[in-house]
Amino acid sequence: MVKFLKRSYVYLIFAFLYMPIAVLMVYSFNDSRSRGMWGGFTLRWYVELFQDRTIMSSLYSTLLIGVVSALVATIIGTLAAIGIHNTRGIQKKVIMNITYLPVLNPEIVTAISLMILFVFARVRLGYLTLLLAHITFNIPYVILSVLPKLRQLNKHLYEAALDLGSTPTQALWKVIIPEIMPGIITGMLLAFTLSIDDFVISFFTTGSGVSTLSITIYSMARRGINPKINALSTIMFTFVLLLLIVVNVRQAREEKKGRNGKNGSKRQVSSLGARLGGV
Amino acid sequence: MKRATLFPYVIWMALFIVVPMLLVLYYAFTVPTDAGATWSLDNFSRFFEPIYLRVLGRSLRLAVISTIICLLLGYPAAMVMAGNAFSRKSVILLLFVVPMWMNFLLRTYAWLTLLERNGVINVLLNALRLPNLNILYTESAVVLGMVYNFLPFMVLPIYSVLSKIDKGVIEAAGDLGANSFRVFTRVIFPLSVPGLVSGVTMVFMPALTTFVISRLLGGGQFTLIGNLIEQQFLVVGDWGFGSSISVVMIVLILFSMAIMSFFEGEEKSVALW
Amino acid sequence: MVKMVRKGKLVLLVLVLVAFSLSLAGCGQEKPTLYVYNWGDYIDEDILGEFEKEFGMKVVYDTYSTNEDMYVKIKSGGSNYDVIFPSEYMLTRMLQEDMLEKIDLNKIPNHKHLDERLMGTVYDPKNEYSLPYLWGTLGILYNTTLVDEEITSWDVLWDDKYRKQILMLDSQRDSIGAALIKLGYSVNTHDVDQLAEAGELLKQQKPLVLAYVVDEGKDKMVSGEASLALTWSGEAMYAISENEDLAYAIPEEGTNVWFDVMAIPKGAKNLEGAFKFMDFLNRPEIALRNTEYVGYSTPNVAARAMLPEEVRNDTQAYPSDEDIENAEFFVHLGDALRHYDRVWTEVKAH
Repeated sequence: MVKFLKRSYVYLIFAFLYMPIAVLMVYSFNDSRSRGMWGGFTLRWYVELFQDRTIMSSLYSTLLIGVVSALVATIIGTLAAIGIHNTRGIQKKVIMNITYLPVLNPEIVTAISLMILFVFARVRLGYLTLLLAHITFNIPYVILSVLPKLRQLNKHLYEAALDLGSTPTQALWKVIIPEIMPGIITGMLLAFTLSIDDFVISFFTTGSGVSTLSITIYSMARRGINPKINALSTIMFTFVLLLLIVVNVRQAREEKKGRNGKNGSKRQVSSLGARLGGV
Repeated sequence: MKRATLFPYVIWMALFIVVPMLLVLYYAFTVPTDAGATWSLDNFSRFFEPIYLRVLGRSLRLAVISTIICLLLGYPAAMVMAGNAFSRKSVILLLFVVPMWMNFLLRTYAWLTLLERNGVINVLLNALRLPNLNILYTESAVVLGMVYNFLPFMVLPIYSVLSKIDKGVIEAAGDLGANSFRVFTRVIFPLSVPGLVSGVTMVFMPALTTFVISRLLGGGQFTLIGNLIEQQFLVVGDWGFGSSISVVMIVLILFSMAIMSFFEGEEKSVALW
Repeated sequence: MVKMVRKGKLVLLVLVLVAFSLSLAGCGQEKPTLYVYNWGDYIDEDILGEFEKEFGMKVVYDTYSTNEDMYVKIKSGGSNYDVIFPSEYMLTRMLQEDMLEKIDLNKIPNHKHLDERLMGTVYDPKNEYSLPYLWGTLGILYNTTLVDEEITSWDVLWDDKYRKQILMLDSQRDSIGAALIKLGYSVNTHDVDQLAEAGELLKQQKPLVLAYVVDEGKDKMVSGEASLALTWSGEAMYAISENEDLAYAIPEEGTNVWFDVMAIPKGAKNLEGAFKFMDFLNRPEIALRNTEYVGYSTPNVAARAMLPEEVRNDTQAYPSDEDIENAEFFVHLGDALRHYDRVWTEVKAH
């Protein structure tokens, strides 16, 4: 019963989160261009979508920049968080306060100051500058996601690993990283999300010929966002959902197999000793 | 060794955060003249006029309200997810961020469709013979938009902290005779504070400077600090004034965080910072 | 340990691949390239392909959402566009700041199709820097089922009957402009007292206003959420095409005629290509396709003649000589813009 209530609560929150998504998906089948009117059912936006060069190439840029910037930001940010965690005093405060700046600064300020920096340094605006900008505003979110996990970490874990004969690098990779993994994943997810949703910073740091989905969509606003975009969103959403289901079913099947087989206990490996056994 | 991991970030930070910030400071402390630019505090004195302070006050108030609502909604959700109500936690986690992968502008327009006088929600309420909901173009709609867009940033860090709290600690507390309320207030909650602080930071700070939400859902009637700054940079072209507003706001926030940590002592300040 | 190295290699590989594809994007262009920067969804994109084929040129086409966004990008010096499409007030700003190249009308013979009344206007008296692309007026879009009077004056936007039924534009120049016209002042006034008066008028109006909208306003009118809206004719035409109950009126006190023009930013590398492109867009059949695709009025007389009769004679889309004579054009205000901003912030924070 309690479990039922708990689940219902989360489902309610999902209802809140997915209500607008349902609306925009429904409008991808709207025969009228306007959001204000239901003009009947149509699939023409889906047909037109695949003939639209601009949208397809901006989708590609968006995903490329999103994945690469999230990866790089996660690596730099995780390492930074570990470093910050082991720093004390004024040095730590200075670094943390600077880390807050990209979160705190209004997007437009970050965007214009980065653009001036790139132009001044004579870096050609394009993929590279877009990537640098995205990594920059992603890193703080990774750090903020990883730091709490580090605070939670048992202080003696690292030393114990060293005592057991692992090198500092091994201790980092075999002991600390697995322990803070949920934080790293969270950070990477947030970074990817921020990257694909950003408009202001992308607009000012990109160059000719490189456009993200956000830029394409915002620039349509004056004439009304074309329902082709709704169609694209519907496809993306369905794809992600299907992917989740497939992965899920496969995992469930593997677990079942694992439970039946004798190697089931391998999945349970989590104690320090067992992990270091592989060193 | 562990300190050395900070190295790549420090370089990155210096190049892409500190240098641009110096540029912003330069704009904030200069005014353009015919002969170039001269140092001046004019931009700052302008900001302390009542009309702009009122905008700042409203932004702070709405950001605080949104953060509190996100916390009240998000914390229980994170707890449920970290508990054993769901067997596929990673899927549930992803489901929190997937809506944010749909474009922000589309999502916000969808909220307009939902909230309008003859919008989807009111049509449903009418069908059920319930009173109508007319919050579009009020501060409530702005808060709703902020909560909607920032909720995952509250849930995820809290979840990641709660998910690995040592079950032994909780059981031990129970064995020692604590009821579940006491277990929560004395054990679970204190252990989750670091995640909570990250969540609050990631919701409050962006909520303070957002401008599209207040423009679309507030019907342009609630100028927030983000709108003011955007207006200066793009419409008026007064980069100096725009930069100075931004600087004042940053100093204000970092300063108040420092004061809080000062009063709460060194140990807790680690959590707050 | 081995695992970590492998992971590191993978990341490195990804980075190298990205860097490689970036460098590829930069080179290998034999054909001359034309960089075009336009409003989003503001051209029939098939036309770009036809231009490429006919002139053996590659077109790189990017879009922006506001004049100001475009201005900041061009001003920064980090872009390399050959043709841009600013509105008239932005054109005057860029002219004042010496950001535009002169155009050579001899190389754009098709400019002869353009409407005489819309050439040589105050923002570019000799058409040395620009040619109009699409144009329109500022007026009132209203829902005939909710408003059963004839709209002849800006006063209707201040009528208590329509409390919370009115949409104003969240745009300093346009909303203050409507108030200025109502007061009988110039939309380009630098007079602080006149501006203060307009500000007072807008503050009085605020309780009647449902929302200050930008792009979403037309959808609100289509769905019947509001009765009256201050809007541009192009947006109005779009809304009317979606909902027949809507109509557009130009008040008798006067209006503001706006233009989106074609111009060339200073330092453009492909001037010849830019002229060819501008000439191409002024071909009557091409201009016709663009006006039909976008739905805004074309300044190209030959193209207009080819439009269906009910469109080309529609006085909402193509106002009378009298309305045009009675209209004013926006010019850039320079430092006076700050007074507008101040007034506007006061109205909104009221």
